[in-house]
Amino acid sequence: MYSQGLIGADGGSEETQEFLDAFQARIDAEEKIEPTDPMPEGYRRTLVRQIGQHAHSEVVGMLPEGNWISRAPSLKRKLALLAKVQDEGGHGLYLYSAAETLGVTREQMTEELLDGTAKYSSIFNYPTLSWADMGAVGWLVDGAAIMNQIPLCRCSYGPYARAMIRVCAEESFHQRQGYEIMLTLCKGTPAQKEMAQDALNRLWWPCLMMFGPHDGDSAHSEKSMKWKIKRFSNDELRGKFIAATVRQAEFLGLTIPDPDLKWDDSLNGGKGGYHHGEIDWSEFWRVVKGDGVMNVERVEMRKAAWDDGAWVREAALAHAAKRSAKMAAE
Amino acid sequence: MALYQALIELADDHLVLGQRLSEWCGHAPILEEDLALSNFALDVIGTARSLYAYAAEVEGKGRSEDDLAYLRSEREYLNCLLVERPNVDFAHTMLRQFYFASLMEPFWQAAVNSDDKVIAGIAGKAVKEMAYHIRHAGEWIVRLGDGTEESGARMRAAIVALHPYWEEMFTPCECDALPDRAALRSGWEANVKAVFAEAGLEWPEPVYGHVGGRKGEHSEVLGRMLSDMQYLQRAHPGATW
Ligand SMILES: [Fe+2]
Ligand SMILES: [Fe+2]
Repeated sequence: MYSQGLIGADGGSEETQEFLDAFQARIDAEEKIEPTDPMPEGYRRTLVRQIGQHAHSEVVGMLPEGNWISRAPSLKRKLALLAKVQDEGGHGLYLYSAAETLGVTREQMTEELLDGTAKYSSIFNYPTLSWADMGAVGWLVDGAAIMNQIPLCRCSYGPYARAMIRVCAEESFHQRQGYEIMLTLCKGTPAQKEMAQDALNRLWWPCLMMFGPHDGDSAHSEKSMKWKIKRFSNDELRGKFIAATVRQAEFLGLTIPDPDLKWDDSLNGGKGGYHHGEIDWSEFWRVVKGDGVMNVERVEMRKAAWDDGAWVREAALAHAAKRSAKMAAE
Repeated sequence: MALYQALIELADDHLVLGQRLSEWCGHAPILEEDLALSNFALDVIGTARSLYAYAAEVEGKGRSEDDLAYLRSEREYLNCLLVERPNVDFAHTMLRQFYFASLMEPFWQAAVNSDDKVIAGIAGKAVKEMAYHIRHAGEWIVRLGDGTEESGARMRAAIVALHPYWEEMFTPCECDALPDRAALRSGWEANVKAVFAEAGLEWPEPVYGHVGGRKGEHSEVLGRMLSDMQYLQRAHPGATW
């Protein structure tokens, strides 16, 4: 989800060349940058934006799957789904904390999400229309997230890298759990199998879009690569994802909805890879800019939770203040 | 069948409450509470699952835990009315949880040494969970009762709204294998009133207490909850998920 975090990032900074060179030397030596270390303003801003958008993606990402908790078809599935969505909330928490080390607050970031300044992954602006989406989201969306996040475990910014290590372990569990839902459906009744294929049909292309624009069109990628916030290009990661997923789809007996998908031995310097059909970038940009089916509802739901919860947060603060006043008086 | 019936009452209490709690996931006032309310839900649904599995075994008709949860109608559900009450707001939700856990913690405590090994096993796990629910929900009741004018008013509204529903929890069940709920009532009242006192909240005058849940006579909300919860199992009979 997270290369999309770079859209609109402004890596510009005005530090002296000497300062920038010294910083780059640390990056090149694979040193971790820690919160109190000197860093270019552009580096800091890029990370605030990326980690903030990543955190928002985790939290908004609770909604499409949350949509099926009440309807999960067995108690075992209900518990697993609930725990999965809870994990995503936990990821949001680690990530907000990581971003806070760079001098922003969770409240500021939340306000930016709610007023539309901050983005989150476009994938969560698609609706979850059947139980099979709980399988496909785990398999594909968490699968794509892992592709993006494993290199982030080596991100130059220490707190982000460490958050990613915790997150990745859970994401791969989610991915396996999602795949197992798909497997069960594909071995099930014809209606269940059809449900599974339909979910793949709807989610495949939006999942490829999760990796962000083609390398040539990704404005801020280069600087992020230099700073080792990013380690692989969008197209490289997309290619890895496709290669891993095609085999899994075959095992399920499902068809990837791309007639142009074709293996080519000559790609990736002889290692081989897939050619895929044209991604509809007009759809991608439309959804990123706010016109996906679910954009409005997703943000409205987060806004409702935030606004309806204001009195609870105020009460907690008021009670804490009263208590410390009382303790001071004693 | 006394044991089967008692297990179903308990299992339905836990599942229906868990279903309500899980509605908060993604919608709580702060992210930490999304996690805490999900934990509550995971705990009680987990307990429901063990109870249904045991009930199915006791019944001996080859039904599974999911058959019991997903293929009984609202008239066959035996949960008390309290647990099906809507979430309304954070104050209602925390109060409902506090009432429930304040009964179930001593209940499971009394069942920990049951001769019935399955019940003892379920109790051993649940008693720790319920102690945490009491603590967490109880802290919120104090915070909200004492916090601001608005939070105090909402807490008092929740107390009024749930007052007709707590007594039904103590309806005795005719089963020797499980603790007697009625015997836990005075301890429950004392504990709840102590937290209310700390929160600056008053225990209201007695009102007419609704009953019916244990006979499968519910309020209208339960049927809607079950039709949502059970829809896939009903729409695809016999399918494996
Ligand atoms: Fe996540
Ligand atoms: Fe995940």
